[in-house]
Amino acid sequence: MYQKDGENYFIVDAHIALWDARPENQLNVHGKQFIDCFYDYHRNLSPESELWSYEEYLYYGGERLMRDLFTDGYVDHAIFQPAHLGAFYRNGFGQTEEAFALTQRYPGKLTYNHCWDPRFGQAGLDQLRRDAERFKLKGVKLYTAEWQGDSRGYKLDDPWSYRYLETCQELGITNIHIHKGPTIRPLDRDAFDVADVDKAASDFPELNFVVEHCGLPRLEDFCWIATQEPNVHAGLAVAMPFIHTRPRYFAQIIGELLYWLDENRIQFSSDYALWTPRWLIERFVDFQIPEDMLTEYDQITVDQKKKILGLNAAALYGIDVPANLQLAEPAGQEGVEVAAGAREIVSS
Amino acid sequence: MTATAVCTEEDVIEALSTVMDPELDAPIIDLGFVRSVTLDDDGVTVHLRLPTAFCSPNFAYLMASDTLDALRLVEDIGQVQVLLDDHHDSEKINAGLAADAGYVGTFGPEAEESLRELRRTFLSKAHAAAMERCVEAHLKRTGLQANEIYRLTLGDLVPGENKDALLRRRAGIGLSSCPASRVFVDDNGKRIPPESVPMRLRLAKSVRISMEGNAHFCRGLLATRYTGSESAGAAPRITNLRTTRSPR
Repeated sequence: MYQKDGENYFIVDAHIALWDARPENQLNVHGKQFIDCFYDYHRNLSPESELWSYEEYLYYGGERLMRDLFTDGYVDHAIFQPAHLGAFYRNGFGQTEEAFALTQRYPGKLTYNHCWDPRFGQAGLDQLRRDAERFKLKGVKLYTAEWQGDSRGYKLDDPWSYRYLETCQELGITNIHIHKGPTIRPLDRDAFDVADVDKAASDFPELNFVVEHCGLPRLEDFCWIATQEPNVHAGLAVAMPFIHTRPRYFAQIIGELLYWLDENRIQFSSDYALWTPRWLIERFVDFQIPEDMLTEYDQITVDQKKKILGLNAAALYGIDVPANLQLAEPAGQEGVEVAAGAREIVSS
Repeated sequence: MTATAVCTEEDVIEALSTVMDPELDAPIIDLGFVRSVTLDDDGVTVHLRLPTAFCSPNFAYLMASDTLDALRLVEDIGQVQVLLDDHHDSEKINAGLAADAGYVGTFGPEAEESLRELRRTFLSKAHAAAMERCVEAHLKRTGLQANEIYRLTLGDLVPGENKDALLRRRAGIGLSSCPASRVFVDDNGKRIPPESVPMRLRLAKSVRISMEGNAHFCRGLLATRYTGSESAGAAPRITNLRTTRSPR
């Protein structure tokens, strides 16, 4: 919980990782390039006081994770969103066993989401059923740009993807987080293109599609589909730290999201350990749209901040929120309010 | 092949200035993506670099092959070599460029589609963003109402950077630059019905915001990635090893 100016905020960090990128786990040069790329994001967008050393960044372990999130970071609940990256790391990038063990030790605090890959066909589908049972999955994280053999990725609307999504629906895995953002992408087919999410969201109305990194670098494409698909949500991973380096750009991102979507479909994420949540939460609560931009965007209200920082994700995951931290009007209710953008589309 | 290369450094830089990052809609030389330029008696060698090792291979290939094409248009340039450094597909891309293999020839079975459609998508986005800048500036200047924008013609726009950029983007997707042409049109040059204009303008605004933001991010990442290296600045390092003087 975070407290400021007499207001209490329930915090859900909807996108965290426990990774191991140490040299002994790197399978090839791409493993090094990948973590170096993350480290550049970290160095480029973090305040000086929040910088980690490269060695700490390669691997930080569960104890430090618990401290950064829950002791120092105000987080009430966090959700693992692992990337496997088996083509780059011997034992995978996201550490399944270690992360899952933590969720067993701290069941009220952590949720483990797993990943699947439709290119594993029937064998992967059988594995998904076993994983769903073992991890009690409520969500998955999909990295469509993952390499496998000669393949540099897949699409959410590939026939096998649809079979996996059908299985998710059947098993009650309702939250489909999909990475659409910086770093690797499939060759030729453009992984930033959110069109495949659009199709899948229309065909699986019972599933929630959380587009991580809210489509950046294609914010506009994401907004356009999210306006029309009520089950598409925006994950703020990687968008959050702009609050420090480029606050005016951050104001534009959040302003656009509030305009095209609505306040019930935006989720806070630190993307830990890319960034630690503490400073992001503090700055977001203090954040306001700059004066001269108020002609374009409305001020962000305290209730909107409460929804974005935790209540929306809590609603998707059925996480208990203490009564004193809830709003008079429940968060995460789709259709409670139609986005301004959607209103105009519907009327035009 | 044996003719001595005699073009000037300026000719080479001018040619490089025409190569754009399709996604950011900015010249790669301004973005700092041109690491070095070396001129010698045989020709010119250009090294490119990108903000991360994982920048999309299709974009990387587009920029590298555009660079090769732009340089080959320079008179008396001799042999041209373009190399992409520090990318996860550097080897493939460099070998493909050297062999003039084309995109499919470079990447093989996974690269089934041509890059034409991708390029067109980004040219259209660049046009939408440029159109929005012009319209917003015009609204601010004249107090015109949003529902009158559909009437606006190219001749109504004040000359300047924004208008020049719009005309370039229009040429890029094959639209006319006649002063009587409407400003607010779709990617095919078709007029937008008056009632749809405010909505389309709003979408064009988010396109512009997205592109500007990406450019900030990429510049920042490039600077972070190459901090402290000999070529940390945005300007390319130019080395002239010519033994014969160029004419002029």
